[in-house]
Formats: sequence, C-alpha cells, structure tokens
Amino acid sequence: MDRAAVRETPAEGVTRTFVLEGRSGKNSRVTIEPAAPAYRISLRAPAESLASLSRALGVKPPEQPMGSAYAKSGDFAGKGGRVALWLGPDEWLVIDTQGNDPMVDCARAKALHSAVDISHRQVAIDVSGAGAADVLNAGCPRDLSLAVFPVGSAARTVLGKIEIVLLRTGEEAFRVECWRSFSDYAFTFLAEAARDVS
Amino acid sequence: MTISFRLANAGRLGRAKSVRFSFDGKEYAGVEGDTLASALLANGVHLVGRSFKYHRPRGILSAGAEEPSALVGIHRDAERKTPNIRATVQELYEGLNAVSQNRWPSLSFDAGSVSDLASPLLSAGFYYKTFMWPKVAWKSLYEPKIREAAGLGVAPDLPDTDHYSARYAHCDVLVVGGGVAGLAAAFAAAETGARVILCDEQADLGGALRYEQGATVDGQPGWEWAQATVAKLAAKDNVRLLTRTTGFGYYAQNFVGLVERLTDHLAQPSPDQPRERLWQVRAKRVVLATGAIERHMVFGDNDRPGIMLASAARAYLNHYGVAVGRQVGVFTANDSAYWAAVDLKKAGVNIAAIVDTRDNPSGRAIEEARALGIELNLGRTVIRTNGRLRVSSMVVQAKKGGPERTIPVDALLMSAGWTPSVHLFSQSRGKVAFNKTTNRFVPGDYAQACVSVGACNGTDGIDPSVAEAFAAGEKAAREAGAKARKLSRPKAETSESWSRGMAGAAPGAGADAKSKAFVDFQNDVTAKDIRLAVGQGMRSIEHVKRYTTNGMATDQGKTSNLHGLAIAAETLSKTMPEVGLTTFRPPYTPVTFGAIVNHSRGPLFEPTRKTPMHDFAVARGAVFEDVGQWKRAWYFPQGGEDMHRAVDRECVTVRKAAGIFDGTTLGKIEVVGPDAAAFMELLYTNPWQKLDPGRCRYGIMLREDGFIYDDGVVGRLAEDRFHVTTTTGGAPRVLNHMEDYLQTEFPHLKVWLTSTSEQWAVIAVQGPKSRDIIQPLVEGIDISDEALPHMSVRTGKFCGVPTRLFRMSFSGERGFEINVPSDFGRAVIEAIWKEGQKHGACMYGTEAMHVLRAEKGYIIVGQDTDGTVTPDDAGLSWAVGKKKTDFVGIRGMKRPDLLAKGRKQLVGLKTKDPKTVLEEGAQIVADPRQAIPMTMIGHVSSSYWSENCGRSIALALVKDGRSRMGETLYVPMPDRTIEVEVTGTVFYDETGARLNG
Repeated sequence: MDRAAVRETPAEGVTRTFVLEGRSGKNSRVTIEPAAPAYRISLRAPAESLASLSRALGVKPPEQPMGSAYAKSGDFAGKGGRVALWLGPDEWLVIDTQGNDPMVDCARAKALHSAVDISHRQVAIDVSGAGAADVLNAGCPRDLSLAVFPVGSAARTVLGKIEIVLLRTGEEAFRVECWRSFSDYAFTFLAEAARDVS
Repeated sequence: MTISFRLANAGRLGRAKSVRFSFDGKEYAGVEGDTLASALLANGVHLVGRSFKYHRPRGILSAGAEEPSALVGIHRDAERKTPNIRATVQELYEGLNAVSQNRWPSLSFDAGSVSDLASPLLSAGFYYKTFMWPKVAWKSLYEPKIREAAGLGVAPDLPDTDHYSARYAHCDVLVVGGGVAGLAAAFAAAETGARVILCDEQADLGGALRYEQGATVDGQPGWEWAQATVAKLAAKDNVRLLTRTTGFGYYAQNFVGLVERLTDHLAQPSPDQPRERLWQVRAKRVVLATGAIERHMVFGDNDRPGIMLASAARAYLNHYGVAVGRQVGVFTANDSAYWAAVDLKKAGVNIAAIVDTRDNPSGRAIEEARALGIELNLGRTVIRTNGRLRVSSMVVQAKKGGPERTIPVDALLMSAGWTPSVHLFSQSRGKVAFNKTTNRFVPGDYAQACVSVGACNGTDGIDPSVAEAFAAGEKAAREAGAKARKLSRPKAETSESWSRGMAGAAPGAGADAKSKAFVDFQNDVTAKDIRLAVGQGMRSIEHVKRYTTNGMATDQGKTSNLHGLAIAAETLSKTMPEVGLTTFRPPYTPVTFGAIVNHSRGPLFEPTRKTPMHDFAVARGAVFEDVGQWKRAWYFPQGGEDMHRAVDRECVTVRKAAGIFDGTTLGKIEVVGPDAAAFMELLYTNPWQKLDPGRCRYGIMLREDGFIYDDGVVGRLAEDRFHVTTTTGGAPRVLNHMEDYLQTEFPHLKVWLTSTSEQWAVIAVQGPKSRDIIQPLVEGIDISDEALPHMSVRTGKFCGVPTRLFRMSFSGERGFEINVPSDFGRAVIEAIWKEGQKHGACMYGTEAMHVLRAEKGYIIVGQDTDGTVTPDDAGLSWAVGKKKTDFVGIRGMKRPDLLAKGRKQLVGLKTKDPKTVLEEGAQIVADPRQAIPMTMIGHVSSSYWSENCGRSIALALVKDGRSRMGETLYVPMPDRTIEVEVTGTVFYDETGARLNG
C-alpha cells in the first residue's frame, strides 16, 4: 500500500491502522486490492458557488448525474490526483490521493458551501481486470456496460447489503468507496464474488 | 438383468458414453445426455414414486419441467440431499444416487397405501371437516400426525456445503425460452446488434424440436437448425446464452428472475463452482417464448405408472432413443398424440390401439396412423385402466356407454390438448383472454414492455410461430434503441397440426364414475374432488383451488389447472372465463433457498461492523455484544471474573480512578451552514442560537407527535458548524429524519448534513483521574476546569493527530470524549491505556456504561423510553426551550393527552431488600392483593446491581410517578412479590459535584 499520501504527523509510536491491511484477492480475471489512503471531503453547495469552489479545488464539480471530473494536473488512475464525483444535485465526493487536503482548499472559497472531512469515514477498494464488472454485478444492480457506465462514471449505489460509491477509473477498473466498518464486508463480498468470475 | 428399452435406430444420443447411476440402491446404466427419467425408462423402470395423499404408485408423466409425479431425492453426499427433484429434468451423471419418496418400507410395497383404501375419508377439504373434534386433539394428535404425513421428500438435515452466486444483468431484449420461437426471436434481435439474453431451462436449446420429427427450418431438420442457430448466437458478443436457466419470476418494470443451474449435472463439480447462479435481469423488452404444456386425459385410474403424455413418449423416443413400452396404447382428444403413435410404430413399437374421443377426426395425423395399420377407436373413451405397479390394460367403451373392451398395454399415452404457458405473462400483471374458438387462455392485455410469441401466445403451427417470433424479436430490439436492419426470416415447415383438444373430464369420467380420475397428480386431486367442492358451495375457482388443493403443489398445476377449471365450470353450468383462472405467481418452478440467499451466508449474511479499537478490545479480553450490526465491547473480565464481578469492578474503578471506553459507534452528524443554528432550533427541543462556539448541550429530538425520538450531546464548533451525536441505533434514522425535514419542511435553510459517524474514533475517558491521564497526550488545548468546563469542545491535537476533544460525561464523573480520525483510533487508545494504567484506570464496556449512567438517572432512548414518552414524562422538561415558538413536536407535545394527569413518569425504584435486583420489563402494581389481572401502573425500564451504591437500583415508568415519592409499590413475579420504594432517578452524587472534578 502506498502511504506517501498520509500527511498527518502523529507522535512517535502513534501509527495509522489500515483496516484492509494485507487483504488481497486475485485470479485470472480480476484483482481486488485495498486502495491507498486518500483525503476525502463531502462537498455540498448551491450551483452559484461552483465557480468559486472550482477555483479553490482546481477541479470543476460536474453537474451531470453519474459525472466525475479530474483536476487538470495529475492522472488519478495512474499517478494519483484529485477527482470530484457527482452524488446529487448539490453533493459531491472529492477524493485526493496526492496528499493535498481539499478541506484546506475549500477554506479559501468564500462562496456558500459545506465541506466536511470524511477521509477516514471511507475506505476504497480497487477492482480491476476483465471480470471486474461481473464481480461488481454480483451485488451491484447497476448496468456497468461501457455504453451505460463509461470510464469516469460515478454513482452512489449498493453492493450486496451495503451502500457504496462506485467510480469507473478505466475500462476494466473500478474504485469502490464504502464506510470504514463496511469495508470488511465489501472486500469479503468482492472476493467471494470473484470465485464465480474466474 | 434388466431389459433395455433403448432402441438402436432412434434418438440422438447415439453411442454416447455409458453412465452408471443408482435408484433406490439398485445400479443401472444410462448414457451421457440422458435425464434420470429417460435412463430409468431405458431400463424399463416406470414406477418411481408414491403419491402424496393416497400413496398410489406413480410413474413418469412428462419429459419436462411440468412433471408432477416423478419426484425423487438426489443424494450427492451427506450434506447435499435434495428432495423433490423432477426426474424428467435431472440430467444423469456418473454415480448419480436417486431415491424414491413417500414410501415405507419400499416403493413396491408401501404401508402408507392403506390411505388409498381409506380414500372415502380423505375427500376434498377433509382437513377442515375431519379434524375438528375434539378441539384439544388438534394440537396433541391431528396436527403432529398431519405434519408427519404431509410433504413429499425429506428436508436435508445438515448445512448445505454448496455455494451459490448471483449476478445482476441488463439487456435490450430478454428472450425466455429457447424453442423454435425463442431462437427466432433472439436471432432477429441479435442481428440488430442489440444486447440480448436468451435463457432456456434445458441443457440444449430447441424446445419441441427435440421430438417434432417432421419439422424443418430453412430446409434443415428442425433440431439441426436449432443447434446451428445456437452456435451463431453463441459467437456474438452482444448475446448471452444461458442454458439450464429457468426464468422463474417476472417482476415490476421488466425485472425478471432467472436461476442458472451450474453443477447439478456434473459428477464432480469443482468446489469453487457455484451450484446455482441467480440472475436478476432488467430488460428493456422481454420476449416470452415459453411454449405450451400438453394436458393429460382425465379418466379413471389415469395415474398408473406407464401412463404418460404423448409428447413425452415422443421425446423419449426421438431424442433419447427410448421406447416407453412394447405394447403402447394411446388415448387422445387431439391430433398431436397420433404423431407419437406414428413415430413409435415406425421405430418398431407395437401400437395396441388409438382411442380418440372425437367421432370424426381428420387430417394428416389420422391418415398416417391409418396407413401404418394402427387400430383406431374413434368416438370412444378409456374408462379405466388395470395394473398394480404398472398399467397392464385399458378398458375402452363407447362414449355413451355399452360393452367394455379390455386392451392389454404396457404404456398408455394421452393428450387432451395443449395449454399455452402464460405463467410469466400473467406474473407480469398481464391479463389473459379466453379464446372461445381454441378453448384456451392466451395473453390478452399487456402490463409491461413484453410480447409473447409462438405456442405460449396460442400461435399454432411452426411457420406462423417463427414468423411471429422473428418479427417480435426485431421489433423489440428496435424499441430498445437498436437500429433497424433488413433481415430475412427463417422459413419453417411441418406436416403436423396440433388441434384444440379438450379440457375437463373425459367421457366416462363424469359425476357418476366410481374410479379415481386424477386432475392433479401431485396433490392427488380427482375430478370428483372438484365436483365435491362445487357441491359444497365453492363458486370461485380460487376457492375451489384452496378447498381441493388443485394446482397448489410444487408443479403449480401446470397440467391440472385448466382441467380443474373446466370441471368446476361444467359443474356450475358456466363457461370457463366466467369461473375465472387462478393467479399465476412466482416461481414458475421451485427455486432453492440457496439461489435466493446466494452470497448472503456466513460472514456475508449481514455486515459485521467493528470499531477501529476492536482488536485492542479483543487483546484486552473483551466479551462483545451485538448492537445492531456493531460488535461492542460488553465487559472486560480479568482473571476468571464472571460478568457481574467484571462489571462491578469496572463501575467502581471508573468512580475511584478512571475508565476508558470505546464510544465510536455513537452516531455523528455534522450540521454546517449559515442557518445551522436555526435548523438545530427546529429539530431539537432545546435552544441553540445562544450556545457559544466551544460549548455543548444535551439535546432532545422529538417526533411530530411530541414523543422522544433521540437524544445526544451536541457541540458547537463554530457559528456555522455543529457536531451532533446520536444514539448508536439512531445514527441512520436520525440523519434521515433530519434530512427529510430539511428537504420537505425547511428547504429555505442554508444548511447541509453529513454523517461523520465513521470519520471519528471516539474514546471516552471518565473518572476523577481522567484529566491526569490525557493531559500528557493533548497538544494545544488547555484542559483545566476553568478553560474547558463540563460540556465544552475544543479542536487541537491528540497524540499528534487532529482531535475534537469534548469535556462531557455519561457517567457522572469528570469526563472527556476524544474524537480522532478513525485510522488513528487504535494507536490513540493504546497511548491512553498506557497512561491510564499509571493511574489505576480500567477498560470498561457497555454494561458498566449502562450501570454508571443509571446510577446518575441518565436515560437511554429506546430503553427508558418506548416511543410514548414525552420530555416531561422523562423528567427532562428542563431541556425544552420555554421561549421557543417552533420545533418538530411542539404541537404534539401540547395535545391534551400528553398534558393530562395520570401519565407514566420516569422515577427511581429501590427494592426494600437491597440485594434484590428487579427484572427489566417487570410490571408494577399499587395493590398486590387484587385479583388477577391486576391494575398495572407501570413497568421497570432499567435495573442493575450497583456496586457503587451497594444495592440494586432501577428506573421505571410509573403512573403519576413523581407524586408517589416514598410510596411503596409492588412488583409481582411468578414466585414472589417484590416491595419497592419510589425514589428520585439519581442514585449517586445527587448534586452532580463530581462532574466538575
């Protein structure tokens, strides 16, 4: 796991615990692994605040359902970066994997908004490979065909019995975001589903 | 030595590999491609089971999913014993082990068959009539006996070692059924480029082409065309072909449930392979090509082994190469049975006679039979059959009676006509229409975006079916958004015609007939039972069905429903549509619980939520309790302590030194925006506008009706930011409740809500030493009593990580709740524990937390409240802003009932004997000498042994409780009556001095 992004400077002996540490699942068609830690905020704002927030964040929150938008610099899927996911008409999930806290950037925006740090609320799992969509469709009822859910699509949806946020980072790659205490269920579910997609 | 009924010159299995299997312990051989039924028939075995009610010997009726009789158990190993498998759909595999059901001691000699002799006592509705008296016998005698006798197979008694999977899928066109119509529809849809899913319950697609010898499509023999079409479809990226897959349920908005059987046909499935996969398909368009099911003839003793559907005999011959007998009779009201006779005759099987109820049937089928020299008995009927474990003869008579003639047979084929399979159409809420000309129910008004094609639509003939299906497949794809393409459809030909046939009892099986003419083989319902039900006043077919159980077995009346309806209609002198068709409900065929549950077993049955400090608590020896989905540390036994000793020690240690507690599961909601305080004013009873940033308040949330909904401590972090806590169980619903009001009642407020329940790990440090313990770990926050008084919050660093540090208490001691980002929870509690040990602190769990709060009279919503408790009832009027003019529940609170005298109020109870601990939930009375039922004036809501108080303590809701201080009340228990004194709710540190250290 790449921990470069963790910026907190805890006291000596105080280490961060990664809830999915050591978990991995891999077969010929799919690879499931915990994603590196990231900064995350829940961003809520009216449409008229978006211009100001875009400047502060360096990424323009998309206004289309299922949309996501990446910061100009940095390729999220590869080197890490910042992405804003549309979750509702006034709601976005902003994820930063390069170690820049979007809370700090939002604090600079004067426009009306609510930014709440949820970096530790959520955990991400990367699911990739030719069988990735099938594995997800074991518990996610959405149409994950490329025509309907192309690269860059994002949705708040379900996986089995839990809520997830799903982002398609590549034709055969997805990022599954879920709450921390549900991550064990999510990982176990995906690994179990992968048995049927080998 | 068994005699083989496998013919060298018939069928498609050719010289397939031999497969060994056993039935009731006896070894047999079949071939690859056989079903259990075809393999048994090839060995001359017709007797495969005993019937449900009368234990009559039963054979194999059909060659498909409609099978009502040939139900067996398949025993793979000790864990995998599946009852009630239809032998007609169970594919043979090497070593298959099948057992017959509902017989004792053996299939050929069954003691239960005495119920056949006792059958006059077991008529329709006998449950309702026979077992009514004496009443007490129902529970002790009748019900257990009926339960023992009821049901067919034996349920497995060990956990299923197979696993099951699930898949959601989307498509433009879903085609259910892979017969000639389904294949044509799927092919047309696929050619447009649309996303197509085609499913069929059989291992090979082709449907009736399996046995319909004369059919050709595009010049090819039908079956070959089907296999070639399958190959073409399989090669397409836009097509998903699902064989061994049954479309069992049609739900709202074209949501269709399919179950795919993946290993039931394999001798040695890989352990990684799921046994079944549940497909939940959302289709833009659905094409139903589910075919039709042949009906049996309803006549006397029509259930003997060897009596079967004509089309089944044809399938066994033409596909499996098995002759169902050597001397075969046919009883029909319909042309299609003639083709079975023709095919068998051509294969060298002797046809004893064809008995046709029609006086003057004509057409190619009849001509061919005549040409082959088969004896035809037109205008005649079969009135009964003979034979014990297998049919040995049929008794033929003219329809109007007269001399009887007994014709020896070893198999009897029958066909009363074909019933379109409208099950899925009907499940889609479509309305069936009755076609008077053809005497059948066909799809009428559609309720969803689907279309029926071929035999299930009542379309007769292969070419019209192909034409209809091809056009429908293409249209469905176009409607789903695919581009139109000029396509030419396959042309089909056949010499066969399947004319209309009959429904109801055959001539000679009328009301005065003595023998049993079975309508429903699986539930042993006879024509007589249906007539009896009508005679006893049932008018609606729904009542007739329930009274007789016709069509209520696992086959859901695929062969019996129409016959039952026709007999009921005839008895009522009404038409079939006037009596009505019963409703079709999912599943089409039985679906395993495994498929429905699929992944949700074991660790995936339900998410198990653990806090970041879970492993730390495990290492400290915690015993956990389930709180919703959460695992919470309950208590921490040391050195062999039992729960009571551990809890006593934890409670005492917290008050003497300090205790450390994992409070992470509390719900947390961040309320942010310029109108945050205004919103809080509306959602809580308390005033918030004047709460300074950095201060906290205990808040109460009501429902509209004025009753307490939730509570929790709220900290104001900034003018526009509140950190709200909720109960553990209330976390999701409180957020929903708040969001609901924000979006519907207060949309004008500029405020947003975000759940932060899992952002923060929460560690409570409570007790006189709490400040000393955390002092070395805090950075940038002055935690002195002056700078951080009780009910304050600060942000800063704790162990070098960001924190929201609350000074608050749920124990009545000086206390802190340290919020740190979740991933640091484990490390921070380790650091606190290290410091805590220097000061004699302990870890404590939820039980000690409950005792400590009860000692202070702090309520737990949901324990000391039950949804009918107002703030005043709970003694919390102080938390209701007196000057406030609006908040959710303010009007409800003012309802006369909620202000009236005599409400139950929260009080404390002390037992007269301090050692006696009351039972939570126990009722309270004022006068224990009353006659039972006594007047109950309240109940115990919380009760504990308090080591700190040296006695038991309890909270209770008691009528007019606050005006009863000092009164003696009584708690009657089964073995004694406990005297209690009504007290205030605070048992420890009444002045609250300890809160401030």
